[in-house]
Amino acid sequence: MSIWEYANPARFMRFSRTVLPWVSAAAALLILVGLIWGFFFTPDDFRQGSTVKIIYLHVPSATMAINIWVMMLVTSMIWVVRRHHVSVLAAKAAAPIGATMTLIALATGAIWGQPMWGTYWEWDPRLTAFLILFLFYLGYMALWAAIEDPDVAADLTSILCLVGSVFAVISRYAINFWNQGLHQGASLSLDQEENVSDVFWQPLVLSLVGFGFLFLTLVLLRTRTEIRARRLAALKQRERVS
Amino acid sequence: MWALLIRDLTLAVRAGGGFGLSLAFFLIVVVLVPFGVGPQSDVLARIAPGILWVGALLACLLSLDRVFHLDFEDGSLDLLATSPLPLEGVVVIKALAHWLTTGLPLALIAPALAVLLNLPGPGYLWLFVSLALGTPALSMIGAFGAGLTVGLKRGGLLLSLLVLPLYVPTLIFGAEIVRRAVDAQAIGTPLAMLAGLTLAAWACLPFATAAAIRINLR
Repeated sequence: MSIWEYANPARFMRFSRTVLPWVSAAAALLILVGLIWGFFFTPDDFRQGSTVKIIYLHVPSATMAINIWVMMLVTSMIWVVRRHHVSVLAAKAAAPIGATMTLIALATGAIWGQPMWGTYWEWDPRLTAFLILFLFYLGYMALWAAIEDPDVAADLTSILCLVGSVFAVISRYAINFWNQGLHQGASLSLDQEENVSDVFWQPLVLSLVGFGFLFLTLVLLRTRTEIRARRLAALKQRERVS
Repeated sequence: MWALLIRDLTLAVRAGGGFGLSLAFFLIVVVLVPFGVGPQSDVLARIAPGILWVGALLACLLSLDRVFHLDFEDGSLDLLATSPLPLEGVVVIKALAHWLTTGLPLALIAPALAVLLNLPGPGYLWLFVSLALGTPALSMIGAFGAGLTVGLKRGGLLLSLLVLPLYVPTLIFGAEIVRRAVDAQAIGTPLAMLAGLTLAAWACLPFATAAAIRINLR
Protein backbone atom coordinates (compact mmCIF):
# COMPACT_ATOMS: atom_id res chain seq x y z
CA MET A 1 0.00 0.00 0.00
CA SER A 2 1.44 3.34 -0.98
CA ILE A 3 -0.07 6.80 -1.09
CA TRP A 4 0.24 6.75 -4.88
CA GLU A 5 -2.53 4.19 -5.14
CA TYR A 6 -4.87 6.76 -3.66
CA ALA A 7 -3.95 9.36 -6.23
CA ASN A 8 -6.75 7.64 -8.09
CA PRO A 9 -9.86 9.37 -6.69
CA ALA A 10 -12.11 6.36 -7.28
CA ARG A 11 -9.82 4.17 -5.24
CA PHE A 12 -9.57 6.82 -2.54
CA MET A 13 -13.36 7.05 -2.40
CA ARG A 14 -13.66 3.28 -2.01
CA PHE A 15 -10.98 3.18 0.66
CA SER A 16 -12.33 6.11 2.63
CA ARG A 17 -15.88 4.76 2.50
CA THR A 18 -14.83 1.57 4.25
CA VAL A 19 -12.56 3.31 6.74
CA LEU A 20 -14.79 6.23 7.64
CA PRO A 21 -17.27 4.46 9.98
CA TRP A 22 -14.44 2.92 12.00
CA VAL A 23 -12.48 6.11 12.26
CA SER A 24 -15.48 8.18 13.26
CA ALA A 25 -16.57 5.59 15.83
CA ALA A 26 -13.07 5.60 17.31
CA ALA A 27 -13.11 9.40 17.46
CA ALA A 28 -16.49 9.49 19.18
CA LEU A 29 -15.58 6.78 21.65
CA LEU A 30 -12.17 8.18 22.59
CA ILE A 31 -13.36 11.77 22.94
CA LEU A 32 -16.41 10.75 24.95
CA VAL A 33 -14.45 8.52 27.31
CA GLY A 34 -11.57 11.00 27.55
CA LEU A 35 -13.80 13.99 28.26
CA ILE A 36 -16.18 12.25 30.67
CA TRP A 37 -13.28 10.69 32.53
CA GLY A 38 -11.48 13.99 32.54
CA PHE A 39 -14.42 16.13 33.58
CA PHE A 40 -16.08 13.92 36.16
CA PHE A 41 -13.61 11.35 37.43
CA THR A 42 -10.46 13.35 38.09
CA PRO A 43 -9.90 15.41 41.22
CA ASP A 44 -9.78 19.22 41.18
CA ASP A 45 -6.36 20.77 41.16
CA PHE A 46 -5.52 22.18 44.57
CA ARG A 47 -4.75 25.64 43.24
CA GLN A 48 -6.66 25.87 39.98
CA GLY A 49 -9.82 24.17 41.16
CA SER A 50 -12.04 22.73 38.49
CA THR A 51 -10.77 25.12 35.81
CA VAL A 52 -7.90 22.72 35.23
CA LYS A 53 -10.31 20.47 33.35
CA ILE A 54 -10.36 22.72 30.32
CA ILE A 55 -7.00 21.14 29.57
CA TYR A 56 -8.85 18.23 27.95
CA LEU A 57 -10.09 20.56 25.23
CA HIS A 58 -7.27 23.06 25.16
CA VAL A 59 -4.22 20.84 24.78
CA PRO A 60 -5.66 18.50 22.12
CA SER A 61 -7.01 21.33 19.98
CA ALA A 62 -3.75 23.27 20.23
CA THR A 63 -1.76 20.17 19.31
CA MET A 64 -4.03 19.51 16.37
CA ALA A 65 -3.86 23.13 15.22
CA ILE A 66 -0.11 22.88 14.75
CA ASN A 67 -0.12 19.33 13.40
CA ILE A 68 -2.79 20.13 10.84
CA TRP A 69 -0.59 22.86 9.44
CA VAL A 70 2.28 20.39 9.23
CA MET A 71 -0.01 17.91 7.49
CA MET A 72 -1.00 20.64 5.02
CA LEU A 73 2.67 21.39 4.43
CA VAL A 74 3.44 17.75 3.66
CA THR A 75 0.42 17.22 1.42
CA SER A 76 1.11 20.49 -0.42
CA MET A 77 4.68 19.40 -0.96
CA ILE A 78 3.51 16.05 -2.34
CA TRP A 79 1.26 17.93 -4.75
CA VAL A 80 4.02 20.28 -5.87
CA VAL A 81 6.50 17.48 -6.42
CA ARG A 82 4.36 14.70 -7.80
CA ARG A 83 0.91 16.11 -8.71
CA HIS A 84 -1.02 13.90 -6.32
CA HIS A 85 -4.55 15.26 -6.76
CA VAL A 86 -6.13 13.80 -3.65
CA SER A 87 -3.23 15.09 -1.59
CA VAL A 88 -3.86 18.73 -2.39
CA LEU A 89 -7.59 18.29 -1.87
CA ALA A 90 -6.83 16.88 1.56
CA ALA A 91 -4.79 20.01 2.30
CA LYS A 92 -7.70 22.16 1.19
CA ALA A 93 -10.08 20.11 3.31
CA ALA A 94 -7.82 20.34 6.35
CA ALA A 95 -7.46 24.13 6.40
CA PRO A 96 -10.86 25.06 7.90
CA ILE A 97 -10.50 22.29 10.47
CA GLY A 98 -7.11 23.66 11.45
CA ALA A 99 -8.49 27.17 11.70
CA THR A 100 -11.31 25.91 13.93
CA MET A 101 -8.87 24.03 16.15
CA THR A 102 -6.80 27.20 16.47
CA LEU A 103 -9.89 29.14 17.46
CA ILE A 104 -10.91 26.47 20.00
CA ALA A 105 -7.43 26.59 21.52
CA LEU A 106 -7.52 30.39 21.71
CA ALA A 107 -11.05 30.47 23.12
CA THR A 108 -10.53 27.81 25.76
CA GLY A 109 -7.24 29.46 26.66
CA ALA A 110 -9.01 32.78 27.12
CA ILE A 111 -11.75 31.22 29.24
CA TRP A 112 -9.14 29.57 31.42
CA GLY A 113 -6.91 32.64 31.47
CA GLN A 114 -9.54 34.97 32.89
CA PRO A 115 -9.76 33.35 36.38
CA MET A 116 -6.16 32.09 36.43
CA TRP A 117 -4.04 34.85 34.94
CA GLY A 118 -6.66 37.53 35.51
CA THR A 119 -6.91 38.37 31.82
CA TYR A 120 -8.57 36.96 28.75
CA TRP A 121 -5.73 37.94 26.49
CA GLU A 122 -2.07 38.50 27.06
CA TRP A 123 0.55 39.16 24.38
CA ASP A 124 2.39 36.07 25.37
CA PRO A 125 4.57 34.28 22.76
CA ARG A 126 2.42 31.16 22.54
CA LEU A 127 -0.83 33.07 22.36
CA THR A 128 0.53 35.48 19.79
CA ALA A 129 1.98 32.67 17.71
CA PHE A 130 -1.42 31.01 17.63
CA LEU A 131 -3.08 34.21 16.53
CA ILE A 132 -0.56 34.48 13.72
CA LEU A 133 -1.16 30.83 12.83
CA PHE A 134 -4.86 31.64 12.61
CA LEU A 135 -4.08 34.47 10.19
CA PHE A 136 -2.04 32.07 8.08
CA TYR A 137 -5.00 29.68 7.92
CA LEU A 138 -7.27 32.56 6.92
CA GLY A 139 -4.94 33.66 4.14
CA TYR A 140 -4.62 30.11 2.85
CA MET A 141 -8.39 29.60 2.74
CA ALA A 142 -8.97 33.01 1.18
CA LEU A 143 -6.52 32.21 -1.61
CA TRP A 144 -8.30 28.92 -2.30
CA ALA A 145 -11.63 30.69 -2.42
CA ALA A 146 -10.42 33.47 -4.69
CA ILE A 147 -9.04 31.45 -7.61
CA GLU A 148 -11.42 29.73 -10.00
CA ASP A 149 -9.21 27.31 -11.90
CA PRO A 150 -8.70 24.39 -9.48
CA ASP A 151 -5.21 23.45 -10.63
CA VAL A 152 -3.91 27.02 -10.51
CA ALA A 153 -5.48 27.39 -7.07
CA ALA A 154 -3.83 24.17 -5.91
CA ASP A 155 -0.42 25.29 -7.17
CA LEU A 156 -0.59 28.77 -5.70
CA THR A 157 -1.93 27.71 -2.33
CA SER A 158 0.77 25.05 -2.11
CA ILE A 159 3.45 27.66 -2.72
CA LEU A 160 1.82 29.88 -0.13
CA CYS A 161 1.78 26.99 2.33
CA LEU A 162 5.46 26.25 1.78
CA VAL A 163 6.59 29.86 2.11
CA GLY A 164 4.12 30.48 4.90
CA SER A 165 5.51 27.59 6.92
CA VAL A 166 8.98 29.07 6.80
CA PHE A 167 7.63 32.42 7.92
CA ALA A 168 5.48 30.83 10.60
CA VAL A 169 8.56 29.25 12.15
CA ILE A 170 10.52 32.50 11.90
CA SER A 171 7.60 34.37 13.46
CA ARG A 172 7.46 31.90 16.33
CA TYR A 173 11.05 32.63 17.31
CA ALA A 174 10.81 36.32 16.53
CA ILE A 175 7.88 36.49 18.93
CA ASN A 176 9.90 34.70 21.58
CA PHE A 177 12.50 37.39 21.16
CA TRP A 178 9.89 40.12 21.33
CA ASN A 179 8.21 39.15 24.58
CA GLN A 180 8.88 36.65 27.30
CA GLY A 181 5.95 34.53 28.24
CA LEU A 182 3.35 33.85 30.84
CA HIS A 183 2.29 30.48 29.43
CA GLN A 184 3.41 27.33 31.20
CA GLY A 185 5.71 24.82 29.54
CA ALA A 186 4.69 21.64 27.77
CA SER A 187 2.06 19.58 29.58
CA LEU A 188 3.07 16.34 27.92
CA SER A 189 6.46 15.40 26.59
CA LEU A 190 8.58 12.33 26.54
CA ASP A 191 11.86 13.84 27.60
CA GLN A 192 10.77 16.09 30.44
CA GLU A 193 10.60 15.45 34.15
CA GLU A 194 7.83 17.91 34.76
CA ASN A 195 4.61 16.74 33.16
CA VAL A 196 1.06 17.01 34.41
CA SER A 197 0.44 14.47 37.13
CA ASP A 198 -0.78 10.98 36.36
CA VAL A 199 -4.45 11.40 37.25
CA PHE A 200 -4.79 14.10 34.59
CA TRP A 201 -2.41 12.42 32.19
CA GLN A 202 -4.43 9.37 31.17
CA PRO A 203 -7.69 11.05 30.11
CA LEU A 204 -5.63 13.75 28.41
CA VAL A 205 -3.88 11.21 26.21
CA LEU A 206 -7.26 9.65 25.41
CA SER A 207 -8.75 12.92 24.29
CA LEU A 208 -5.56 13.79 22.38
CA VAL A 209 -5.83 10.59 20.38
CA GLY A 210 -9.56 11.17 20.07
CA PHE A 211 -8.99 14.61 18.57
CA GLY A 212 -6.56 13.01 16.16
CA PHE A 213 -9.24 10.59 15.02
CA LEU A 214 -11.77 13.41 14.90
CA PHE A 215 -9.50 15.27 12.54
CA LEU A 216 -9.03 12.15 10.44
CA THR A 217 -12.80 11.70 10.21
CA LEU A 218 -13.42 15.30 9.25
CA VAL A 219 -10.61 15.44 6.72
CA LEU A 220 -11.77 12.23 5.04
CA LEU A 221 -15.33 13.51 4.92
CA ARG A 222 -14.32 16.87 3.55
CA THR A 223 -11.96 15.37 1.00
CA ARG A 224 -14.78 13.12 -0.21
CA THR A 225 -16.98 16.18 -0.52
CA GLU A 226 -14.28 17.99 -2.47
CA ILE A 227 -13.91 15.06 -4.87
CA ARG A 228 -17.66 14.91 -5.36
CA ALA A 229 -17.80 18.65 -5.97
CA ARG A 230 -15.01 18.28 -8.50
CA ARG A 231 -16.93 15.49 -10.26
CA LEU A 232 -20.07 17.58 -10.29
CA ALA A 233 -18.19 20.48 -11.86
CA ALA A 234 -16.81 18.14 -14.52
CA LEU A 235 -20.30 16.80 -15.27
CA LYS A 236 -21.70 20.31 -15.62
CA GLN A 237 -18.83 21.23 -17.91
CA ARG A 238 -19.53 18.22 -20.09
CA GLU A 239 -23.22 19.07 -20.25
CA ARG A 240 -22.43 22.60 -21.36
CA VAL A 241 -20.10 21.37 -24.08
CA SER A 242 -22.51 18.82 -25.53
CA MET B 1 18.21 44.35 -16.50
CA TRP B 2 19.19 47.99 -16.34
CA ALA B 3 16.68 48.83 -19.03
CA LEU B 4 13.94 47.08 -17.07
CA LEU B 5 14.88 48.80 -13.85
CA ILE B 6 14.93 52.21 -15.51
CA ARG B 7 11.63 51.49 -17.24
CA ASP B 8 9.99 50.53 -13.97
CA LEU B 9 11.36 53.53 -12.14
CA THR B 10 10.21 55.89 -14.88
CA LEU B 11 6.77 54.33 -14.93
CA ALA B 12 6.48 54.56 -11.17
CA VAL B 13 7.51 58.20 -11.06
CA ARG B 14 5.60 59.45 -14.07
CA ALA B 15 2.42 57.42 -14.13
CA GLY B 16 -0.25 58.77 -11.87
CA GLY B 17 0.38 59.16 -8.22
CA GLY B 18 1.79 55.80 -7.20
CA PHE B 19 5.09 57.31 -6.19
CA GLY B 20 3.98 60.03 -3.80
CA LEU B 21 0.89 58.22 -2.65
CA SER B 22 2.54 55.91 -0.16
CA LEU B 23 4.56 58.78 1.30
CA ALA B 24 1.38 60.80 1.75
CA PHE B 25 -0.30 57.77 3.33
CA PHE B 26 2.59 57.41 5.77
CA LEU B 27 2.30 61.09 6.67
CA ILE B 28 -1.44 60.77 7.27
CA VAL B 29 -1.07 57.69 9.47
CA VAL B 30 1.52 59.46 11.59
CA VAL B 31 -0.66 62.57 11.83
CA LEU B 32 -3.74 60.56 12.80
CA VAL B 33 -2.12 58.67 15.66
CA PRO B 34 -1.88 61.63 18.06
CA PHE B 35 -5.57 62.34 17.44
CA GLY B 36 -6.29 58.80 18.48
CA VAL B 37 -4.09 58.47 21.54
CA GLY B 38 -3.96 62.06 22.75
CA PRO B 39 -1.24 64.70 22.57
CA GLN B 40 0.81 63.83 25.68
CA SER B 41 4.37 63.84 24.44
CA ASP B 42 5.64 61.11 26.76
CA VAL B 43 2.97 58.69 25.53
CA LEU B 44 3.80 59.54 21.93
CA ALA B 45 7.51 59.10 22.54
CA ARG B 46 6.87 55.63 23.94
CA ILE B 47 4.83 54.40 21.01
CA ALA B 48 6.70 56.33 18.29
CA PRO B 49 9.00 53.47 17.13
CA GLY B 50 6.11 51.07 16.73
CA ILE B 51 3.82 53.58 15.03
CA LEU B 52 6.50 54.65 12.57
CA TRP B 53 7.29 51.05 11.68
CA VAL B 54 3.63 50.04 11.33
CA GLY B 55 2.96 53.16 9.27
CA ALA B 56 5.87 52.45 6.94
CA LEU B 57 4.74 48.85 6.61
CA LEU B 58 1.19 49.82 5.68
CA ALA B 59 2.45 52.44 3.23
CA CYS B 60 4.62 49.76 1.67
CA LEU B 61 1.62 47.48 1.38
CA LEU B 62 -0.41 50.14 -0.40
CA SER B 63 1.62 50.13 -3.61
CA LEU B 64 2.23 46.40 -3.79
CA ASP B 65 -0.51 45.46 -6.22
CA ARG B 66 1.19 47.67 -8.79
CA VAL B 67 4.33 45.55 -8.80
CA PHE B 68 3.11 43.01 -11.33
CA HIS B 69 -0.52 43.76 -11.98
CA LEU B 70 -0.21 46.49 -14.62
CA ASP B 71 2.35 44.47 -16.53
CA PHE B 72 0.10 41.44 -16.30
CA GLU B 73 -2.88 43.33 -17.70
CA ASP B 74 -1.15 44.86 -20.71
CA GLY B 75 0.72 41.67 -21.49
CA SER B 76 4.25 42.89 -20.90
CA LEU B 77 4.67 40.32 -18.15
CA ASP B 78 4.26 37.59 -20.79
CA LEU B 79 6.98 39.27 -22.82
CA LEU B 80 9.24 39.47 -19.81
CA ALA B 81 8.60 35.81 -19.03
CA THR B 82 9.64 34.76 -22.52
CA SER B 83 12.63 37.11 -22.66
CA PRO B 84 16.16 35.72 -22.20
CA LEU B 85 16.26 37.27 -18.73
CA PRO B 86 15.23 34.60 -16.19
CA LEU B 87 11.93 35.32 -14.49
CA GLU B 88 13.68 35.25 -11.11
CA GLY B 89 15.82 38.16 -12.32
CA VAL B 90 12.71 40.04 -13.41
CA VAL B 91 11.25 39.54 -9.95
CA VAL B 92 14.39 40.87 -8.30
CA ILE B 93 14.39 43.94 -10.53
CA LYS B 94 10.69 44.56 -9.91
CA ALA B 95 11.13 44.29 -6.16
CA LEU B 96 14.18 46.54 -6.33
CA ALA B 97 12.20 49.15 -8.27
CA HIS B 98 9.43 48.91 -5.69
CA TRP B 99 11.93 49.42 -2.90
CA LEU B 100 13.61 52.38 -4.62
CA THR B 101 10.26 54.11 -5.16
CA THR B 102 8.63 53.18 -1.85
CA GLY B 103 10.92 51.76 0.82
CA LEU B 104 13.83 54.11 0.41
CA PRO B 105 11.74 57.31 0.38
CA LEU B 106 9.84 56.04 3.41
CA ALA B 107 13.10 55.44 5.26
CA LEU B 108 14.29 58.92 4.27
CA ILE B 109 11.23 60.82 5.48
CA ALA B 110 10.64 58.68 8.57
CA PRO B 111 13.06 60.70 10.79
CA ALA B 112 11.26 63.90 9.75
CA LEU B 113 7.91 62.39 10.74
CA ALA B 114 9.45 61.09 13.95
CA VAL B 115 9.71 64.71 15.07
CA LEU B 116 5.92 64.86 15.05
CA LEU B 117 5.78 61.89 17.40
CA ASN B 118 8.47 63.27 19.69
CA LEU B 119 10.85 60.36 19.21
CA PRO B 120 13.72 60.63 21.72
CA GLY B 121 17.11 61.73 20.35
CA PRO B 122 19.11 58.54 19.83
CA GLY B 123 16.23 56.95 17.92
CA TYR B 124 16.48 59.00 14.73
CA LEU B 125 19.61 57.48 13.25
CA TRP B 126 18.49 53.93 14.06
CA LEU B 127 15.00 54.56 12.78
CA PHE B 128 16.51 55.41 9.42
CA VAL B 129 18.97 52.52 9.53
CA SER B 130 16.36 49.95 10.55
CA LEU B 131 13.89 51.11 7.90
CA ALA B 132 16.58 51.21 5.22
CA LEU B 133 17.59 47.70 6.22
CA GLY B 134 14.09 46.30 6.72
CA THR B 135 12.04 47.77 3.86
CA PRO B 136 13.87 45.69 1.21
CA ALA B 137 12.50 42.60 2.98
CA LEU B 138 9.04 44.17 2.95
CA SER B 139 9.32 44.83 -0.79
CA MET B 140 10.49 41.32 -1.57
CA ILE B 141 7.85 39.61 0.60
CA GLY B 142 5.28 41.92 -0.92
CA ALA B 143 6.44 41.03 -4.42
CA PHE B 144 5.85 37.40 -3.50
CA GLY B 145 2.29 38.20 -2.44
CA ALA B 146 1.79 40.25 -5.60
CA GLY B 147 3.06 37.33 -7.69
CA LEU B 148 0.57 35.00 -6.00
CA THR B 149 -2.41 37.25 -6.59
CA VAL B 150 -1.47 38.71 -9.97
CA GLY B 151 -4.09 36.71 -11.87
CA LEU B 152 -6.98 37.84 -9.70
CA LYS B 153 -9.27 40.65 -10.64
CA ARG B 154 -9.59 42.21 -7.23
CA GLY B 155 -6.44 40.91 -5.62
CA GLY B 156 -5.67 43.97 -3.51
CA LEU B 157 -7.49 43.02 -0.34
CA LEU B 158 -6.46 39.39 -0.55
CA LEU B 159 -2.89 40.54 -1.10
CA SER B 160 -2.84 42.35 2.22
CA LEU B 161 -4.39 39.36 4.01
CA LEU B 162 -1.66 37.12 2.61
CA VAL B 163 1.25 39.48 3.08
CA LEU B 164 0.59 40.97 6.52
CA PRO B 165 1.23 37.76 8.51
CA LEU B 166 4.47 37.34 6.59
CA TYR B 167 5.53 40.83 7.71
CA VAL B 168 5.43 39.93 11.41
CA PRO B 169 9.12 39.00 11.96
CA THR B 170 10.39 42.00 10.01
CA LEU B 171 8.20 44.34 12.02
CA ILE B 172 9.24 42.79 15.32
CA PHE B 173 12.97 43.11 14.71
CA GLY B 174 12.72 46.51 13.02
CA ALA B 175 10.71 48.16 15.76
CA GLU B 176 12.84 46.45 18.40
CA ILE B 177 15.98 48.11 17.02
CA VAL B 178 14.49 51.57 17.41
CA ARG B 179 13.03 50.80 20.82
CA ARG B 180 16.36 49.54 22.10
CA ALA B 181 18.19 52.50 20.62
CA VAL B 182 15.83 54.83 22.46
CA ASP B 183 16.41 52.97 25.72
CA ALA B 184 20.19 52.96 25.10
CA GLN B 185 20.38 49.16 25.05
CA ALA B 186 22.53 46.97 22.84
CA ILE B 187 20.98 46.71 19.37
CA GLY B 188 23.34 44.19 17.81
CA THR B 189 21.01 41.18 17.99
CA PRO B 190 17.88 42.61 16.35
CA LEU B 191 20.03 44.41 13.79
CA ALA B 192 21.71 41.18 12.77
CA MET B 193 18.36 39.35 12.70
CA LEU B 194 16.78 42.05 10.53
CA ALA B 195 19.72 42.01 8.12
CA GLY B 196 19.56 38.22 7.99
CA LEU B 197 15.83 38.35 7.29
CA THR B 198 16.32 40.79 4.43
CA LEU B 199 19.13 38.80 2.89
CA ALA B 200 17.25 35.53 3.22
CA ALA B 201 14.13 37.03 1.67
CA TRP B 202 16.11 38.34 -1.32
CA ALA B 203 17.95 35.06 -1.70
CA CYS B 204 14.99 32.68 -1.53
CA LEU B 205 11.75 34.44 -2.37
CA PRO B 206 12.52 35.34 -6.03
CA PHE B 207 12.31 31.64 -6.85
CA ALA B 208 8.95 31.20 -5.12
CA THR B 209 7.64 34.40 -6.71
CA ALA B 210 8.79 33.38 -10.18
CA ALA B 211 7.13 29.98 -9.71
CA ALA B 212 3.88 31.67 -8.72
CA ILE B 213 4.01 34.00 -11.73
CA ARG B 214 4.65 31.10 -14.09
CA ILE B 215 1.59 29.35 -12.71
CA ASN B 216 -0.46 32.49 -13.13
CA LEU B 217 0.69 32.98 -16.72
CA ARG B 218 -0.07 29.38 -17.64
